[in-house]
Amino acid sequence: MRFSVFAASSPPRRLRRTAGTGAAMAALALLAGACNGAGDTAANSAEVGPPRSGGTLTFALAADPTCLDPQQFGANASLNVGRQIVDSLTDQDGRTGEIKPWLATSWEVDPQATRFTFHLRPGVTFADGAPLDGAAVKANLDGVVALGAKATIAGSYLTGYRGTTVLDPTTVRVEFAAPSAQFLQATSTMSLGLLSPATLAKTAEQRCQGDLVGSGPFTLRSYKPNQSVELAKRSGYAWGSSLFAHPGEAYLDRLLFKIVPESGVRAGSLESAQVDAISDVQPQDEGRFASGYTVLTRPNPGVVFNLQANVSRPILAEEAVRQAIQKAVNRPELAQTVLTPKYRPATSPLASVTPGWVDLSAQLGHDPEGAKRLLDEAGWKVGSDGVRVKDGRRLSVDVIFAPLFNASQSVLELVQQELRKVGVDLRLRKLAPGEQNQVQAAGDYDFAYYNVTRSDPDILRTLFSTKTVNRLKIASGELDTVLDDQAQSLDPAQRNAKVAQAQRIVAERAYVIPLFELSQVHGLGPRVHGLGFEASSRLQFHDTWVSS
Amino acid sequence: MRGYLVRRSLQAVVVLWAAFTVSFVVLYLLPGDSLSIKLGGLEGTATQEQIDAVRGAHGLDDPVHVQYVRALGDALTGDLGTSAQTGAPVARTIVDALPQTLALTGVAMLLAVFGGAGVALAATFTRLRALRQVLLSLPAIGISMPGFWVGLLLVQVVSFQWGLLPAMGNEGWESLVLPALTLALPAGAMIAQVLAKSMTTALAEPYVETARAKGAGRVRIHLRHALRNASLPALTLAAVVSGNVLVESVVVETVFSRAGIGRLTAAAVDTQDVAVVQGVVLLAALVFVVVALAVDLLYPVLDPRVGRTV
Repeated sequence: MRFSVFAASSPPRRLRRTAGTGAAMAALALLAGACNGAGDTAANSAEVGPPRSGGTLTFALAADPTCLDPQQFGANASLNVGRQIVDSLTDQDGRTGEIKPWLATSWEVDPQATRFTFHLRPGVTFADGAPLDGAAVKANLDGVVALGAKATIAGSYLTGYRGTTVLDPTTVRVEFAAPSAQFLQATSTMSLGLLSPATLAKTAEQRCQGDLVGSGPFTLRSYKPNQSVELAKRSGYAWGSSLFAHPGEAYLDRLLFKIVPESGVRAGSLESAQVDAISDVQPQDEGRFASGYTVLTRPNPGVVFNLQANVSRPILAEEAVRQAIQKAVNRPELAQTVLTPKYRPATSPLASVTPGWVDLSAQLGHDPEGAKRLLDEAGWKVGSDGVRVKDGRRLSVDVIFAPLFNASQSVLELVQQELRKVGVDLRLRKLAPGEQNQVQAAGDYDFAYYNVTRSDPDILRTLFSTKTVNRLKIASGELDTVLDDQAQSLDPAQRNAKVAQAQRIVAERAYVIPLFELSQVHGLGPRVHGLGFEASSRLQFHDTWVSS
Repeated sequence: MRGYLVRRSLQAVVVLWAAFTVSFVVLYLLPGDSLSIKLGGLEGTATQEQIDAVRGAHGLDDPVHVQYVRALGDALTGDLGTSAQTGAPVARTIVDALPQTLALTGVAMLLAVFGGAGVALAATFTRLRALRQVLLSLPAIGISMPGFWVGLLLVQVVSFQWGLLPAMGNEGWESLVLPALTLALPAGAMIAQVLAKSMTTALAEPYVETARAKGAGRVRIHLRHALRNASLPALTLAAVVSGNVLVESVVVETVFSRAGIGRLTAAAVDTQDVAVVQGVVLLAALVFVVVALAVDLLYPVLDPRVGRTV
């Protein structure tokens, strides 16, 4: 169903060089994607004149944030809101992965990556007037540890946290019991964003429901569950990140998030200018915004959507089987057929925008003949129904998945067809959201399908080290050593070499079958300018403005 | 009469208890639980120790009968617990969402009753056979159109294409029109169908002949004599329909992005937020009980013969 669009009748400027003509929708989607594939779309800054202060931007979110506290909750909707309320010690450049000053003007790290000393910018205050000093930083980090399981993401960044020492009002030293190179990047995330001491004194539940005061460019005015979140500009804001395009206060007076769960209604609301921008444009709606709109997209850094093997299971314990499955998957086909060109085929266990990513596409090529050869050599013979058999056991494995990302089912069905061609039977097991932890803890599955967003390669250690979650259920060995080594070094060259090695081990031993990179896809109307992504592909509204 | 009310109140308590118990059992039997969802499923980085710690703190590892008795005891003292997702007290969450849904369902029921009765009366009153056929076929069409489809169609045409009314939100009467219409359509259609049928039956009754012989006008016969008798089945249906409207609000509030009990229910079921689901179930049971009681008390007013049996 497609109706005429008055809002887009005079497209102001082509934001990126997308197709300009009204060709068929599918063709447009393809073309637009082909040109936009470059990732970071630092939106539309150098157009329609100089930025203008003032005005309200209305943004339709696909999901209710449920809990607004960025230290506690990890859902995209929460983080997209939370990022605007809190500042961080550092900021991360999404293009290079480098860590840049924000509230900390400089820092030192000892050679073992266990002691981090931050020098804070003086004169910063929270919106309630409390000073943002060393004591506040200490209270925040201690507070995250105290939240325990209520802050699993922020808590995982502080694994091995020994304590914070306030050396003077603008200097703090954070110490870890073991090397933790990832901590520097972690200080740039909203999960370790800083909240006012008064907020930290509230209960976790009060904070979730919006009793939140930060030092960020926006302050929280109201949160109506399932309805809206309203933010207002923080006047006097003068401590923006060194990566922001302009110093001082945000341009927008007011930022209104409306919660619109239906994707078709979100798309229609943008077309009829009832909202200025929308989150989570679904693949089927992308074509509607090919001209006159900006489709803002960036892959999520971290571990790509993948089939992660449970190596403790008899069939997947066999490396040849895993490697055959690695070869049987046709990644470009996934992106081209069931997804849109906004989603890139995986080229490594890490997404291409993750610092330390290496391109392993040569090793992850589509090679069904090679897959068959491997299985033949391992003694798996094609049975009567086309599925291979060895010692009376069928080559049949299952994959557990949760339908969080809409296209997951179709992606897995396509993988299922491809594996079938080389004689591997893949059974899809869709789990209810509450079931996943139990099944995973019990280890009652062959493959698990998921992705994890994190703009630091240490996510590999979090998931796969035998000392942490050990999702692969492997014995400790080479991978552990490499993952520990990368955690000890902040020198990019040294660390990246180890990270590359870890990616190679995970891909070559086929512990993980990478599939595709999740992308954030937002639709922006013609009024919206200067909206961009921060390093973890969440939105940053400080430089955003609306034309009248 | 007092004995009757006492009896009905006791019945209501049993209904509420049964609703509470059945929903508890159903939610308990579902695999998984709300806290595991909150801590992140497959993409979560929580360790098993962290998950166990939270489960223990929320009493989720206690035996089922201990959990049940605790929940029932709390509910009896008016404490419906806290939402596992948001941490907010369930009672307050429901009270916050209720006015929005009451406004929506209230307007929808007004539209349904007056629209439905209007169509039914027009159909039985008119002497034009063709018009009557058209009017009588409207309810069937109304009932057969699924609510989410009607809602999306109204949003697309009235809001996106014509730009007359907002497609989302809870602000102002404008945002109420489309969702109320969507809800009222099937409800009104059911009322119209039943009322038209019973009006037709009533108009063939001997007392109508008598009234007509006495020289009563058509309007008077319709409204004063036939409608009064014919409205009993329609009234019973209206009670059922008002319960349906509450159920339908789940779909309509989602399509129209309105906050309210429906959205609350959908989200709570998605995340197996047991306390919230039970709170909503109790609310729904209460609504059914109260509406049924109100209808029962109205019967004798409309038809004195019913009163004698009470």
